Amino acid sequence: MGDVAFHTATTVAEALTLVGDGSDARVVAGGSDLMVGVRSGKSPLPGTVVAIHRIAELHGLGVVAGELRIAALASHAEICADADVCSGWTALADASALVGSHATRNVGTLGGNLMNASPAMETGGPLMVLGATVTLRSAAGDRAVPIEELWTGPGRTVASPGELCTGVVVPALPAHSGSAYVRLEYRRAMEIAIVGASACVTLDESGIVTSARVALTALAPTIIRSPAAEAAILGTDGDDAALDAVAAGASADARPISDLRANEDYRRAMAGVIAKRAVAVAAQRARGESFPIPATPVFMKGSV
Amino acid sequence: MKHAVTLRVNGMDYPVELEGGTPLVRALRDHVGLMGTKEGCDDCECGACMVLVDDKPVNSCTYLALQTVGSEVTTVEGLADGDTLSALQSAFLDQGGVQCGYCTPGMLVSAHALLRRSPDPTEEEVRLALGGNLCRCTGYQKIASAVMQAAKG
Ligand SMILES: Cc1cc2nc3c(=O)[nH]c(=O)nc-3n(C[C@H](O)[C@H](O)[C@H](O)COP(=O)(O)OP(=O)(O)OC[C@H]3O[C@@H](n4cnc5c(N)ncnc54)[C@H](O)[C@@H]3O)c2cc1C
Repeated sequence: MGDVAFHTATTVAEALTLVGDGSDARVVAGGSDLMVGVRSGKSPLPGTVVAIHRIAELHGLGVVAGELRIAALASHAEICADADVCSGWTALADASALVGSHATRNVGTLGGNLMNASPAMETGGPLMVLGATVTLRSAAGDRAVPIEELWTGPGRTVASPGELCTGVVVPALPAHSGSAYVRLEYRRAMEIAIVGASACVTLDESGIVTSARVALTALAPTIIRSPAAEAAILGTDGDDAALDAVAAGASADARPISDLRANEDYRRAMAGVIAKRAVAVAAQRARGESFPIPATPVFMKGSV
Repeated sequence: MKHAVTLRVNGMDYPVELEGGTPLVRALRDHVGLMGTKEGCDDCECGACMVLVDDKPVNSCTYLALQTVGSEVTTVEGLADGDTLSALQSAFLDQGGVQCGYCTPGMLVSAHALLRRSPDPTEEEVRLALGGNLCRCTGYQKIASAVMQAAKG
């Protein structure tokens, strides 16, 4: 299995030449999805592996003219340690902080997470409620894909084999906005979301929700928005009745499957519980109240 | 297809010839000849294969060896100073943090990285930092105690 060609690209142009030649070449960033698939026998390595981890222009993140720009190779560890992400785009920090272990967060990249297209991926839901756009580059140039249009199914994206993800752009949020990502997990590390929910809300001066986005993770073949949960919170001050309606809306919009981690009914019930928590934390942050990152408690009380 | 490269491990250069898909743990054990790094689950879950790449913990079972060309790899063999154990290694012995020993290299590497980024951790931080390292013998308390002892010096 190991007898494959290996190239380390140092520029995007070089990587595009190597993957755009019609062969079965595939890029590897951190390899934490690719290699696990290979080692478990699920998907063998392609004939040619193109390592992109040394491409300087695909590293880094920062705020440019109010927008958050994250290059594809930014690691989860870098994202959740970034002060701008933590203060302005908090749901994404909640998500990256939960990925795997310290080692997974060092190795795993944002681009790899998005392009692997798992419906349980951590960063997709937060980026969806934050209104992110993904940049795909091919020999023909760049195209900007709204993140809601990136995935076509589990493990599938709209990117062609010759396209690289170079990064994402996340717009600035209006004043009095807050966001959060919460996942249901059975253990405190090395977990995959049983279900997850992301929320981003904006309040007016009197605390009424004027805009709301809610996304559901691991509850459909791709990450999806929940229009019913969004409608339930809009125009309210986020009181208990509104949050209960959010829960009912999220459960109604969920299209879960049964697998060995949870059955369909349990996932649907938990969709509501977790969406309600995500909206409540987002509203709390929008009001300027602090809430720890990650919003999913990493340690249950009394576990140490 | 073999790729002739130089891996830098524990401060030494090792010229090796590797297939493109060789995981780092296999390169370390089969080509470099350092047996401290263990292959456990081979699926990134257990942490027995933990090494540092440019000072950061990485599961070597699922990291391509050729991706480390140009980086510094540190294995458990790199933690001691010759025959003198590091304070962390001694603390594992003092506290009985080693039973069968298979997880120990990975535990030491993860804990070493923690103490470098956070020299005075709480026990909660220690447990979180070792969240990617499984031990089936000790029940973890003695390992956590060993790391706390090493931190307190
Ligand atoms: C132990 C363990 C725990 C994990 N826990 C979590 C978790 O809690 N939450 C979570 O969401 N994920 C988790 N993951 C999955 C994985 O770590 C993340 O999805 C990570 O972000 C993948 O990034 P990578 O750079 O390692 O991807 P790679 O494996 O390098 O790439 C993944 C896929 O994307 C393609 N690709 C990579 N970069 C690009 C690019 N720039 N352009 C185009 N295609 C690209 C590759 O060809 C490949 O098909 C876990 C993995 C492991 C091994």
